[in-house]
Amino acid sequence: MIVGIVRESSVGEKRVAGTPQSVAQLVKLGYEVLVEQGAGIAAAFPDADYAIAGARCVSQEEAWAADLVLKINPPIDSEIAALKEGATLIAMIAAPRSPELLEALAARKLTVLAMDSVPRISRAQSLDVISSMANIGGYRAVVEAAHEFGSFFTGQVTAAGKVPPAKVFVSGTGVAGLAAIGTAHSLGAIVRATDIRAETAEQVQSMGAQFVAVEAASQQSSDGYAKEASEDYAAAAARMYAEQAKDVDIIITTAQIPGRPAPRLLTEEMVASMKPGSVIVDMAAASGGNVAGSVPDQIVTTPNGVKIIGYTDLPGRLPTQASTLFSNNVLNLMKLITPDKDGLVKLDLEDVVQRGMLVTQAGEVTWPPPAVSVSAAPAAPAAPAAAATPGAADAAAKEKKPRDPRVNYVLLGLCAAVLLLLFFFSPSGLLGHFMVFMLSIVVGFYVIGNVSHSLHTPLMSVTNAISGIIVVGCLLGLTLLDQGTSLFAGANLPLLILSVIGILLASINIFGGFLVTQRMLKMFRRG
Amino acid sequence: MNISLINGSYIIAGLLFILALAGLSKHETSRRGNILGSIGMGLALLFTILSVVLGRAANIGNGHYLPITEAVGGWALAVIIATMAVGAAFGVYRAIKVEMTEMPQLIALFHSFVGLAAVLVGWTAYLHAAASGHFDPLHSGELFVGVFIGAVTFTGSIIAFLKLSAKMKSAPLKLPAHNLLNLIAIIAFLVLTVVFVLRPEGAAGLLMLSAMTAIALLLGLHLVASIGGGDMPVVISMLNSYSGWAAAAAGFTLDNDLLIITGALVGSSGAYLSYIMCKAMNRSFISVIMGGFGSDGAVVGEQKDYGEHNEINAVDTAELLSRSRTVVITPGYGMAVAQAQSAVATLVDKLREKGLTVRFGIHPVAGRLPGHMNVLLAEAKVPYDIVLEMDEINDDFENTDVVLVIGANDTVNPAAAEDPHSPIAGMPVLEVWKAERVIVFKRSMATGYAGVQNPLFFKDNAAMLFGDAKQRVEDIVKAL
Repeated sequence: MIVGIVRESSVGEKRVAGTPQSVAQLVKLGYEVLVEQGAGIAAAFPDADYAIAGARCVSQEEAWAADLVLKINPPIDSEIAALKEGATLIAMIAAPRSPELLEALAARKLTVLAMDSVPRISRAQSLDVISSMANIGGYRAVVEAAHEFGSFFTGQVTAAGKVPPAKVFVSGTGVAGLAAIGTAHSLGAIVRATDIRAETAEQVQSMGAQFVAVEAASQQSSDGYAKEASEDYAAAAARMYAEQAKDVDIIITTAQIPGRPAPRLLTEEMVASMKPGSVIVDMAAASGGNVAGSVPDQIVTTPNGVKIIGYTDLPGRLPTQASTLFSNNVLNLMKLITPDKDGLVKLDLEDVVQRGMLVTQAGEVTWPPPAVSVSAAPAAPAAPAAAATPGAADAAAKEKKPRDPRVNYVLLGLCAAVLLLLFFFSPSGLLGHFMVFMLSIVVGFYVIGNVSHSLHTPLMSVTNAISGIIVVGCLLGLTLLDQGTSLFAGANLPLLILSVIGILLASINIFGGFLVTQRMLKMFRRG
Repeated sequence: MNISLINGSYIIAGLLFILALAGLSKHETSRRGNILGSIGMGLALLFTILSVVLGRAANIGNGHYLPITEAVGGWALAVIIATMAVGAAFGVYRAIKVEMTEMPQLIALFHSFVGLAAVLVGWTAYLHAAASGHFDPLHSGELFVGVFIGAVTFTGSIIAFLKLSAKMKSAPLKLPAHNLLNLIAIIAFLVLTVVFVLRPEGAAGLLMLSAMTAIALLLGLHLVASIGGGDMPVVISMLNSYSGWAAAAAGFTLDNDLLIITGALVGSSGAYLSYIMCKAMNRSFISVIMGGFGSDGAVVGEQKDYGEHNEINAVDTAELLSRSRTVVITPGYGMAVAQAQSAVATLVDKLREKGLTVRFGIHPVAGRLPGHMNVLLAEAKVPYDIVLEMDEINDDFENTDVVLVIGANDTVNPAAAEDPHSPIAGMPVLEVWKAERVIVFKRSMATGYAGVQNPLFFKDNAAMLFGDAKQRVEDIVKAL
């Protein structure tokens, strides 16, 4: 089959759906690949590189006339017309928001796989462009904020005075939010984040931010996306946002609900309460905005000097990176639908991933697909687990609840008390030895913790060797012999025999252990 | 000889032992560490032997000495030197002759020696006290505990040695109520300890010590016999740890700080290794000690249709390799069994000459000993900087053209990551299936140690290369 990679027509779009790297892989899958001239220029992929990778650079018409067309944005009317009837199209479609587009595609009997309708299950993660674009968007949101922000992100102590670190608040901790947290954290800012799904707190902390919980009953996600919240919750959240707005320098909002307008998180009063010079990045500006006063694709400066960035093309502002990740996602889909690697597409509609992405086929609109419910975080407390599959129940049972830190302190205290009691009844001589023993254990743990994994076998043999030090005990056994009588009489004989056997065994360890360790260590060499 | 001088030498020896272990943190310093350790040992030995032969005395000031032990005399020197010479000869012989594939059993054997020596030290102390009729409750307790740990270590290590050297079946022994038996043994030990500390004198004391020694010997026997071959990395580390605690207990009995320091170092070392191994298998220490996989009749691997597996021959594999750029080899215990490491090293040299990037990915529990694969590969002259740990290489599989799985099974099982019902679910594994192609060297389609079928073999990008691993690798080298 012939695969066409076309140039994006929308203004300002610099991305491309295939890179030279992905083209080489498509050729390996058995496809003949055509690339529209100049398709990758804006993303820094010149035509020559595509040619080296095995593609042919062709005119616009020829690329659009391929059996299978790869592109990023939804096609416009003239592009739909340029497609061959019955061809396959892989692109982002925004199916929930564009019923007319679906009709138009179906009318041309196109088979369309929507890259933005990938079901949220772990197997399909490698196809998920929403995630890979959100990741880039989150990164860029922080970069844009830093660009507009008049101060450092990181705290510094300079000869000219001390600079406090910037405080960044991230709302919504999906892929974009987590990427923003990671970026802001690595620039040195103090980062806080919140999400309606309290179960994401752990991920937030792992990225180096502090999780700010809303003090109300939270919700559980059953399809991996957030849903709209209850009124109680909304009131509590509003209080929290108002508090944060007064304190932080940068706010990044990422809250979106599929197929619905974005929830309003920051009201005008909250924006007005922010310090002059603060920056807000509203990543949901395209779908209505999380922030009062944000305008899509523009930077708005409020009367009190707060800048609201409403760019909707954040991923596209990193065209090379975005193209690479998008084309990898597309490539993974191509691998999935080319099971025999013979350059022929074989759709398997029993597969929930492929069925979920298929929006039109043979003149029919096949969107929305039958529901698949897979939770991104099933291992939460009791109630739902009972109704869920046995697997989820097992997982929930295995999940340990973190222990209250106070319990640990109490346990530590109890241990200390028991030890003190024991020590009270111990002879003083023992305590000296016990001190040595304890300190050696602690030293041992730290020293062994640093041992390279590849040297664990030599470690064991060298500990074999040094534990041969027990020979000292056997040697001292000889001093216990009664000098007054014959060596071979009375208690002397068993003592002598036991000591000699002990010395024998321990010296095998000493000599054998050190020697074999040396032999092994000599074998390790650098390349 | 001045006792302060002797103790001083012990302090230096203790420090040198710590430096020996610290040296192992890097390849560059490891040999120096080993030499420092042997210097420490030499120092401690020299001063101890001299003190035994010449007698010991404490400095009480003004040039006066209070004798502690009398000079034993020249005959002792002769006995010591003769005995140590025999021991050294045997040790050196074993150290030079041992094949690197046999390291696990050698280590197990060495553990058993420490265990037995600790038992002997305890008994010596007891016999001396019994002869003089003077028992000190504290020391009675210490020697009792020391003998117990030593005896468990001794028989446990002997069984581990027998299993590892295939002189005994490595399958777990399944006695009815085996956990109860262990519990009874431990309770009996605790009761005997209390009674012995209170009344160590006379025939009753001798009987109690003997009974306890016998119980401990049996406990060690049973403990290790009921653990299967694949759990050996944990068992060996555990016995390593025990041998340390046994030495430390002997140190308490004899009031000797050097023994306590060394014992504690070795004990914590073994404990740390056991912890790493358990984490790498996603199992708790207790569950390993309680017996092998499936030993309590747990469901092992449901019967399921995994589809067809693909086969490939050595010539096609060579062809595939010569078209690739990046290759990762993940060896397992099977490589050691087939003695294939030198053949693998030759293959690696060949591929690297052709300009391919070749690396190794080592799972922490690959083999029968922590770090076993690294030693085998080092022996075959594979440079250590291309031998990576699981965490270092797992993210790179996606960009790898070919993975060669040589004698590994459970450590590359995708079920651990994908199937929550699998007995090995949650165990961190090498994610080889993410590579473009996976070639599995295997003798048959039999399951691995955990008794779990491996869905990897049935993946589309995987192919089986049946036969003896060494033979097959050599075939590939020839075809290249």
